[in-house]
Amino acid sequence: MSTQSTRLAARLMVAPSVFVLFIWMIVPLAMTLYFSFRFFRLLTPERSGWVGFTHYLWFLNAPDFWLALFNTLALVGGVLVITVILGVLIALLIDQPVKGQGMLRILVIAPFFVMPPVAASIWENLFMHPQNGLFSAIARGFGQQPILFLENYPLMSVIGIVSWEWLPFATLIFLTALQSLSSEQLEAAEMDGASPLNRFRYIILPHLTRAITVVILIQTIFLLGIFGEIFTTTQGGPGSASTTLPYMIFKQAIVAKDIGRAAAGGIIAVILANIVAYFLMRGIGRHLDN
Amino acid sequence: MARAASPRRTLLTTLAAWSVALVIFFPVLWMILTSFKTEASAVAMPPEFLSADWTLENYETVWSRSDYPRFFWNSVVISVGSTLLGLAIAIPAAWSMAFVPGKRTKDLLMWMLSTKMMPAVAVLIPLYLVFQRIGLFDTKLGLILALMLMNLPIIIWMLYTYFKEIPGEILEAARMDGASLWNEIVYVLTPMALPGIASTMLLNIILAWNEAFWTITLTTTKAAPLSAFIASFSAPQGLFYAKLSAASAMAILPILILGWFSQKQLVRGLTFGAVK
Amino acid sequence: MKMTLRALLGATVSLTLAGAALAETTITVATVNNGDMIRMQGLMDDFYAKHPDIKVEWVTLEENVLRQNVTTDIATGGGQYDVLTIGTYEVPIWGKQGWLVSLNDLPAEYDVDDLLPAIRGGLTVDGNLYAAPFYGESSMVMYRKDLMEAAGLTMPDAPTWADIEKAAAAMTNRDQDINGVCLRGKAGWGENMAFLTAMSNSFGARWFDENWNPQFDQPEWKATLDFYLNLMNNYGPAGASNNGFNENLTLFQQGKCGMWIDATVAASFVTGKDSTVADKVGFALAPDNGLGKRGNWLWAWSLAIPSSSDAQDAAKAFVNWATSKEYLELVASKEGWANVPPGTRTSLYENPEYAKVPFAKMTLDSINAADPNAPTVKPVPYVGVQFVAIPEFQGLGTTVGEIFSAALAGQKTADEALAEAQAAVTDEMKAAGYIQ
Repeated sequence: MSTQSTRLAARLMVAPSVFVLFIWMIVPLAMTLYFSFRFFRLLTPERSGWVGFTHYLWFLNAPDFWLALFNTLALVGGVLVITVILGVLIALLIDQPVKGQGMLRILVIAPFFVMPPVAASIWENLFMHPQNGLFSAIARGFGQQPILFLENYPLMSVIGIVSWEWLPFATLIFLTALQSLSSEQLEAAEMDGASPLNRFRYIILPHLTRAITVVILIQTIFLLGIFGEIFTTTQGGPGSASTTLPYMIFKQAIVAKDIGRAAAGGIIAVILANIVAYFLMRGIGRHLDN
Repeated sequence: MARAASPRRTLLTTLAAWSVALVIFFPVLWMILTSFKTEASAVAMPPEFLSADWTLENYETVWSRSDYPRFFWNSVVISVGSTLLGLAIAIPAAWSMAFVPGKRTKDLLMWMLSTKMMPAVAVLIPLYLVFQRIGLFDTKLGLILALMLMNLPIIIWMLYTYFKEIPGEILEAARMDGASLWNEIVYVLTPMALPGIASTMLLNIILAWNEAFWTITLTTTKAAPLSAFIASFSAPQGLFYAKLSAASAMAILPILILGWFSQKQLVRGLTFGAVK
Repeated sequence: MKMTLRALLGATVSLTLAGAALAETTITVATVNNGDMIRMQGLMDDFYAKHPDIKVEWVTLEENVLRQNVTTDIATGGGQYDVLTIGTYEVPIWGKQGWLVSLNDLPAEYDVDDLLPAIRGGLTVDGNLYAAPFYGESSMVMYRKDLMEAAGLTMPDAPTWADIEKAAAAMTNRDQDINGVCLRGKAGWGENMAFLTAMSNSFGARWFDENWNPQFDQPEWKATLDFYLNLMNNYGPAGASNNGFNENLTLFQQGKCGMWIDATVAASFVTGKDSTVADKVGFALAPDNGLGKRGNWLWAWSLAIPSSSDAQDAAKAFVNWATSKEYLELVASKEGWANVPPGTRTSLYENPEYAKVPFAKMTLDSINAADPNAPTVKPVPYVGVQFVAIPEFQGLGTTVGEIFSAALAGQKTADEALAEAQAAVTDEMKAAGYIQ
């Protein structure tokens, strides 16, 4: 099939995608790069000019920059750990012969259909609220002081909310992968007297490696840019306790209207994402090749 | 992995699975319940489960206060439009990458995914300016294009991995039998690829429906979808939990129903190449 | 005959055309989702009856999202909106930039002299009125009369901060989940910093001296922050660092606050149908410290027309209608005087019907007690009571708001917070070119 002409046809078929994605990437990137060296504040258009690396230095010297960097990675890492572990467990559980499997699956994937701002707002107002939330009602029911989620554990609360949103995605992929696992293999292992733990360790887990890789890769890309949930719940606070790099950029772009600085932050974020992607590919990328 | 199991074990796993599922679903359920309470009942302490003042008032208020059908229609057009356009561009690309792979196919895929790495907030003003200049601001076409481009890497990747699982031997066999390329595509490949295409389509409709940054930023009245509808009900003055819950329920219900009806298809094709 | 017919036909055609052209004027109005604005959308029949040639499209958004969208639009000359709902912070800055249409040519029956002087002053730049006030607000003390009585105290009409502290201590009852005082703690230039900046005025503090040097290292700010933290830590609700206007409103309506110092518009909510304490609420002026300034702010949600609008006449007709005396009467006739948008017109407060509304007088006194041009005890180079009307303030206020919110959450001491605020604001003012 790989004649010269099919190769050419194949190139032509890929070309539109590559072309539009290239435009979609390069135009904003070029503009962002340009703005990142300019003085550009929306509300003071009369001032402009080149500023060199000032904006970059501002970010690197900002008191909360390193914390934000750490928070960004902690958010991504935390959500990944939670969704992968719980996702595998839940997928194993609902893959068993249980009554009402269809309905069950529907319930489990429901969070995936909830708009992120709605999800954040449900959790903030109906659950974590120190006076009106359900959690506080439960704590009071047991005679305890309510936990101040957003004040004392802001980053963990955000990780929890985002994990809830992404858990269905991970579970679904693991479930699909599990369903392709041959039952003969498992049964044979069971006959041989392998314990459930060993069956999981030596048969199921290796089978899931690729699925786990895919979940990590896709979620990382989405999670690195998250700020909506933070904006709705903690506004990056208290202080900077739950500020991530995208949220720092958000504050510069939307609140302070400093487009130059936001652009520099965007370039820094892209560099960070590429570093993460590099290590990710080195660490787990080999699972994707075959 | 469906194996015969003892009734007792089935009962136990059923119980466990259902409790887990209910815990995960509970926030959505609680939101829906809240949407049928009065505002005072929604914040009552201790929370009211059965004793609440049930009412449809919130839905009436939300319905009368804003033009829900228009927001809804915009959401449908934008999410379905961006998905179909994305598929039209992605299918040929994924097809050729899967069946005529080159040395750089993997790198190309990774590059495509990497276009999603720029945080949206950082390119807000650049894209805003571009959209304004070329007249795409507050148009459905503009949002269709933006969301299509945003999700295109995911679409291509999903399709690519799915197409790759179609064994090449089947194609060979068909060709041996004298099938033309057209017949090959219509009668052999398409039926095999349909589940993958279907689930890609579903996933992307969901992603586009739930997008809430660009859809609010790049619209005012004509193209504003349900995300903007929600933004007009969050955090006004006074009690708002019940009304916000009602508006949220109205915004997510269509996609929830779609998801429920099609969850089998969604699961079937959602492999992302995760299955060898 | 032929000619007449043709002339008639021509006239008809041109009339039809003119009619069509008029009927096609659509204006896009961007507005916040506050109760008064929502109410206006329900009263549009009156407007359409008077202006059948104008169609209004609404963009109703939550305050933060709205501000973000309209600011981006106006700064980039987008021209998506014909009428904007903006506040007293934006109007002077945008007016100076030439982004807004002057409203000096509103008709005589609009009676511009009827607007409250403090509000009108805040919306005027170099003699041009750049926005028409839809409703105005200040801040005041709302307190529970029943709890005060039970504690054997009475609230003066013009309390001092010491009175507030005493009352808060007396009303706090942790067992019954009653907090002596609820104040804003959520970070943001329009949230905790609106309150704290207004409060600091009564302590004699200021953001900048006459040469734009930040003043957070001065004893007045230390006194303000110490007092605030002490009050909130001892008598405030748990998790206060996440409480803004709306969270506190909910708490007060549920009867969980003894006092609440916040916007005067809250008065109609705490005495409204959603409130469990509606008949037990008293009002007092915002507190002072005997220095001649009270801790109350001044704000007006106002309607302005961007220069980029291509339907400025229709937009003016709308602004005129929505902020007119007749509109107030219209609301009163449909929804009662208590629901009339307050704080914009002298005539409203001279109306004997409106005087019966329990919070009317206190609202007017509060508005009159605020002076945007001399907000605090010492002289300042800026305009604004609870904000500094410079473009950089949104960023500055939010940064400082986060630092103070962290102090309230117990992550920082008052001294650390003030030192951080001083450093951050100094850096920003240097970057913006105000100081060397």
